[in-house]
Formats: sequence, C-alpha cells, structure tokens
Amino acid sequence: MSDANAPSVGDGRRTDRSRPRVAFFDFTGCEGDQLQVINLEDRLLDLVEVVEIVSFREAMTEHSDDYEIAFVEGGVATAHDERRLTRIRENAETVVALGSCASFAGINALRNDQDFETVKERVYGEDSDSITSYPIARPIDDVIEVDHDIPGCPIDREEFVQAVTALVNGAEPSIPNYPVCVECKFEENTCAFERGETCLGPITRGGCSATCVSAGTHCWGCRGMVDDPNEDAYTDVLEDHGLTTEEIIEEYQLYWNWQRNSRAVADGGSR
Amino acid sequence: MSHSVDVEGDLVTRVEGHGSIVLNVTDGELETCEWQVVESPRYFESMLVGRSFREAHHVTSRICAICSVSHTIASLQATEAAMGVAVSEQDRRLRKLALYGETLQSHVLHLGYLALPDLVGEKSVLPLADTHPDELETVIDLHRLGNDLTEVVTGRSVHAQRLLPGGFSQLPDESELEELLDRLLNSWDAVAELADLLAVLADELPEFERETEYISLTHPEEYAFAEGTIYSSDAGEIPVSEYRDVANEYVVEHSTAKFARHERDSYMVGALARFNNNSEQLAPRATEIADRFGLDAPVHNPYFNNVAQLVEVAHLLAESVRLIEALLADGFEAQSDYHVPEIEPTAGRGTGAIEVPRGVLFHEYDYDEAGKVTAANCVIPTNQNHGNIQHDMETLVPTIVDRDAEEIEHTLEMLVRAYDPCISCSTHYLDVEFVGEER
Repeated sequence: MSDANAPSVGDGRRTDRSRPRVAFFDFTGCEGDQLQVINLEDRLLDLVEVVEIVSFREAMTEHSDDYEIAFVEGGVATAHDERRLTRIRENAETVVALGSCASFAGINALRNDQDFETVKERVYGEDSDSITSYPIARPIDDVIEVDHDIPGCPIDREEFVQAVTALVNGAEPSIPNYPVCVECKFEENTCAFERGETCLGPITRGGCSATCVSAGTHCWGCRGMVDDPNEDAYTDVLEDHGLTTEEIIEEYQLYWNWQRNSRAVADGGSR
Repeated sequence: MSHSVDVEGDLVTRVEGHGSIVLNVTDGELETCEWQVVESPRYFESMLVGRSFREAHHVTSRICAICSVSHTIASLQATEAAMGVAVSEQDRRLRKLALYGETLQSHVLHLGYLALPDLVGEKSVLPLADTHPDELETVIDLHRLGNDLTEVVTGRSVHAQRLLPGGFSQLPDESELEELLDRLLNSWDAVAELADLLAVLADELPEFERETEYISLTHPEEYAFAEGTIYSSDAGEIPVSEYRDVANEYVVEHSTAKFARHERDSYMVGALARFNNNSEQLAPRATEIADRFGLDAPVHNPYFNNVAQLVEVAHLLAESVRLIEALLADGFEAQSDYHVPEIEPTAGRGTGAIEVPRGVLFHEYDYDEAGKVTAANCVIPTNQNHGNIQHDMETLVPTIVDRDAEEIEHTLEMLVRAYDPCISCSTHYLDVEFVGEER
C-alpha cells in the first residue's frame, strides 16, 4: 500500500481548468443512470481524462458548486427537490436531464392519474397525513430550463459517452428522433406484432438498439414518445391487433403519462 | 473531559440514496443522535395498483437500479405464488445466477468504490487510478464480471429484460456461459488481491460490539439467497407467509424512514446477518477468507458487514461456477427466442422473499381475476436496518464522545456505510424538514 497522505497525480488535476467541470445530481429516481455511468467500468477512467468530475455523491465524498455541466438524474417530487434544482440551474452553464424520470417524469408519473389521497393512503396508511410530497411526479424541465435530455430507463451507456463527447467539443448531443422500429429492423428482430404481442416501438424514441425486443420481449416505451408521434394512427394499429381502449391507455400510461398530459395541455386541456 | 460536538445534517456520501446524521453533544452529554432519511417518496405500491401481472416486475425493477434484478425476481416470485405458476429447475438456476451476478457487482461496488477510498485516505475511487492502478483494475474486473454474469443471463445488467413470470423470454448461448465459466475460474487471484487490499480493514475497523437480532432467509441445502424460509437468531425459523409479523414497521418521530422491529427494538439484515445465521453452508473458498479475517459466527460488530460482503464475494463466485457447470452438464431445454410463458391469471395473494445484497427483501401482491394488482407491499432491507443503525449510534456515541468532532463524524459515517444502505429503495418513509447543507 502506498502512503495515503502522499500527493497524487489526481490532486494535481483538481486545479486543472482545461477540462470542463462536471457534476452529477440525483433526485427522485432509482439512480440507475448514474449506475450506468459507473458501469462504464474502465471507460469511466477515460472519461475523467476529458472531464473533471467535481460532484458525484453516489461515488465520491468531495463536492463543489463550481461546475459547468450538471447531469441531473430523477424527477421532482418535493419542494425541497425544487429548491435544490433551482440552485443547480444557477450554478451550471449546461443542465442535462439524465434518464427518463428527469427528462419526462418517466415511470414516476405512473401515479399521476391516481387520486393523491388514495396514493398516500395505499403506501403510508394511517401515517399518510404527514406526507408532504407534490401530488404528481414532475420532470425537471417543469421547474428549470433544461439544455439537453438523455432519455432511457436506464440510459444507454454508449449514448451517454457520445453525448459527453459532443458537449466537451462544444457540439449538441445527438439524440434520435426516429422510432425504435428503425433500429429493431437493423437488429433483425421478429416484429412483436407478428408474434402476437403489442409493442410501443413504432412511436417510441430510438437510440437503444431495440434492446428489449432484442432480449425477446417488446418495447415498453421507456425512452418516451418521438417528437411528433402519430398517436391516433398508432392507436388504430393497436385496435386492429385487438386491444381495447382501456388496454391501449394502460400501455401508454407506463412511461408516458406526463408527455401525453403535456400534449393534452398544449391542445387546450388541463393537466 | 467534556466538550461539545455538533454534526448536523450533511448528506452521507458514497451510499446509495440520501441519508443524514444529526448529532448534538453538549458538555459531553449526548443530546441528539439521529439517523435521518431524506429520499423523496415515489409511491411504487400505489403505482402497481391496476397494472397487469405481466408488468409488475418491470415496474418494481425501477425501485432501485443497483438491486433491480433482485426486485424483479422477488416480484416474479410473488406473482407466481399468487397464481400457482411453476418455474422449471433450469429457469430457477438461471435466476439464481442473475441474482448472484447482481449481488457480486453490488458487493464489489460497495467494497471497492465506496469503502476502499476510506482505507487508502482518498475521497473517491477516481484518484486510485493514479495511486493504486493495479488494485483499481482488480476491483473493476470483478465488478465487470458481476455485471456480465447478470447481462449474459438477463440481457442487461440494469433493469433486466428476459426475466418474465413463469420463466425467461430468451436463454443465454451455451458459449457465453462457457466463456463466463472460464472467467470465473480465473477470478481467484483477483479475489485474493481484493482480500489483501481489504486486509488493513480488519485492523482499522472500530472495536464496537452490540448484539442484536439477525434476520435472513435460510435453506436446508444451501447458503440462502434465491429461496428459503425466514430465520431469526432469536426466534428460529418463521414461514415467509408471516413476514409482516417479522418486519413490524413503525414510525419514529425523529426520522423520515419507517423503522422495523421483531423480537427486540431493532434487528439487522444483510451480509453479516446471513453470515451469522448460515455460515456453515459457505463454499470452502469463502470460509478460508472468513478464517483469514477472524470472522467466526456470531459476529456482533456491525462494521464487519464489509468483511462478510467480501466472504460472500468468494462464495458467490464459487456458487456461480457450480451453477454454470450444472446448467452446461444438463443442456438447455430449447425454447423460442421470444418466449412468453403461458399463464392463466387467477385471483389471489402471493409473497416473494429473497436475499439481496443488503438483506432480505419481501414483495407481496394481491391480484384480481383479470390478473391486475389490487394491493402491493414491498419491504426492503435498508428500511429494516434503519432502526439498527439508530440503536448502534446511540450505543456507540457515548463511548467515543471525547474524540474530536471530525473523528466522531467519520466513525459514524463509516458505520452507516458498513450497512451499505440503499435509500433509493426505501418504499416507506416519511418527510421531515431538511436541515444542514444540501447538495
């Protein structure tokens, strides 16, 4: 073992301002997107050659409020989340939503169309009165301005590396706006519909190499809808495959409650 | 000597999730000592209501990424128990292998990335790339091996895809398992290096003992992870169906989290509890490591949970070898690459119970005749440990109260980290006003 007090090359790097300073923050979520970053394994060490990580609570004790790029995982559930997020926005030049909960509330929003009193009662029983979270789960762009989204549940590791590379080079991360079906065909999967299953691939944002279909299941919609989904036409397709209206809505609810409500609001409805 | 110490609400770092220690010592008297949990509620048990039995596991996987396979398997067990679905020996072995892979990656993450920096005086794993490159490579290789085990079996290491009610959508190639077998058989040097690296641990760990109730699963034929009945060091075996009588959750005024108690004021789950209850069933290689570190059940020092995790790393590698050899010897029963196990939904209640990295995990669902969830309950290990962390602190602080604030804080942080709490998972907790520095 070397002397723990000896200065390290790492210490020298900490004052090096040539690399962008990057911070990771976790809000309401499973921390799976940060785990995907850790799961880069030795490539994480390559990453710290090009960026300086100044905060990553899941993996380090140090913390600094001096950073240029903030990666924010998880959604907003409490007033405390909201205050903390506002401070991150003030500190960062660039805020990137990491994962589906941060980008569009993801699976957290599954409860958004349930009555909040009932939700609390189911989880906390007689103690539910002391719960002070917001009645609905929200993505971070409902609270602060967000520069980029890296969706996915969890995020795709390659897509994350590409996004960081782009940001370091002053470019925009390139997140696909084509459906999962495009990559699914490249993977030569048998279409879920041909197998008698339903699949949200036709209107879900690609970029995941159709990982779930390739693993023998179907697309659950975790990366959110493409920008201009033809939801009505797709609903017709699902009806043709024998789904009832109720079943179709259930499929859409799993990850898309926030996005679909936002579209309804844009069309003049209320959330 | 009497002095005052005030440690307030800084988030404990290098743990999964958000937790704070609040400590107030005035004139040598302990006034406040609180273990607080500040994670935001997600309401999974409500989210599940109305969802189909085909997706309950997909939803609950998202409770926690680092234990996502564990939550998935506990969920599948609950659904299968509710509907009387049988799972083949082959699929049970594969699930076990996925669970071992996840537990390996979680233990190595905790020991190598989160605890090791403490031992070498660094604040994160990253400087180790310069100060301890070979050791870091060993840690990364073992971490990757755990992840690859899970990925080969389930298609993905975070939020696995192939695990379904009744079986698997897709099976791994035999060649992939053969390659894993090679890597596992060549991993013993890495385990020995990790043990060397952590050997200083045994000397550095605080001398602190507090006997408590140790609760885990137990199984007549193996060191229980994927299957078994509940075992309490105080009360003996307890059927899984009575899990609610074991994990009595209750509210305490000073903490955000619900605490749990059984025979005493609190109990401990996790690697040390498993070791204390089942150590005779460890693989010989794991027992060798336990002997090297002087770990002899029952161990009442919670800081040794780290060492118990290291012992389990060796055990899981040895058991994974045994499982893969058995799978390859028997050959796979062929199935489609898009298999959907046939299940006719029925109404009923089912409970799943498995040992996951941080201790015993319970999922219980009620289903209606259409196979929709009508009620759900998930009891996670970290919640079961909160009470024990609190009681350890209350016992420990008066014995170290003369030391300076920084040392007390460090000793308590190490205690919390020894439990490896995963607060993302906390499905039951209550809000309190947040104090201290936020980040």
